[in-house]
Amino acid sequence: MNPELTGREFAPTAPYLVGREKVREFARAVLATSPLNHDADAARAAGYADVVAPPTFAVVVQEHTLAQLLSEPDAGIDFSRVVHGDQRFSYTRPIVAGDELTARLTVSAVKTLGAHSMVTAVSDITDAEGAHVVTATSTLVVRGDE
Amino acid sequence: MSGLNVGDVIAERDFHLTRDTLVRYAGASGDFNPIHYRDDVAASVGLPGVLAHGMLTMGFAVQPVVDWLGGDSGRVIDYQVKFTRPVVVDPESGADVSVVAKVGAVDEAGARIDLTVTYAGQTVLGKAQARVSLPA
Repeated sequence: MNPELTGREFAPTAPYLVGREKVREFARAVLATSPLNHDADAARAAGYADVVAPPTFAVVVQEHTLAQLLSEPDAGIDFSRVVHGDQRFSYTRPIVAGDELTARLTVSAVKTLGAHSMVTAVSDITDAEGAHVVTATSTLVVRGDE
Repeated sequence: MSGLNVGDVIAERDFHLTRDTLVRYAGASGDFNPIHYRDDVAASVGLPGVLAHGMLTMGFAVQPVVDWLGGDSGRVIDYQVKFTRPVVVDPESGADVSVVAKVGAVDEAGARIDLTVTYAGQTVLGKAQARVSLPA
């Protein structure tokens, strides 16, 4: 992997409009049963504008930034050797249906451990007003030849 | 939150995964890596079988915490895991994964909930921690 990726900032992704049915579909997929994830009236009664996305939903938006990283011409990342090492979501506020989200990726670290290399990708996700919603951080491990 | 002590178990749940669960997550998340639904591809890259998406495991492991929060997933303000072992999902018998959620720390704004996520007798997530805000 190219160590010069460290510190690189990528262009913001195209705005992602969070749909109510997408939130419900994702909620079903992660076995989330809370009415706040499925029922707009229940979400409004709890003070939200619309259905609330489960805590890991941000990966759907973050994914577009990881695609940018993997396709970066000089990154030297072989997708078939990539393993997900760790993941974190740090929220300023929850994602709700109707949000228009933009993600901006920064590579915060590239490390080599023996034959393997690791890249830490930090994606800051903001709303249509430019306010921070969530930061999604992934460490991807690229397995080397043993 | 009064009465909450470090070490308290706040939720426990067992999840049964099948190949259907994986296909549903692939569609909802957009992660169509075939190691999550094709035995031949999984075998060709040396895996013991079709694996659950790590992000699927991360996604359902926090649900007992959300339910403990009265269903308010918006109270989970920070959530992190390390993916330490794979969950192999058998085409016929699926996979059983258990989650135990314990209080790891408490302060005035909320708590840190530590998750122990186990499959086939071994933990599959490391440092699985959810920071939750709690009403005063």
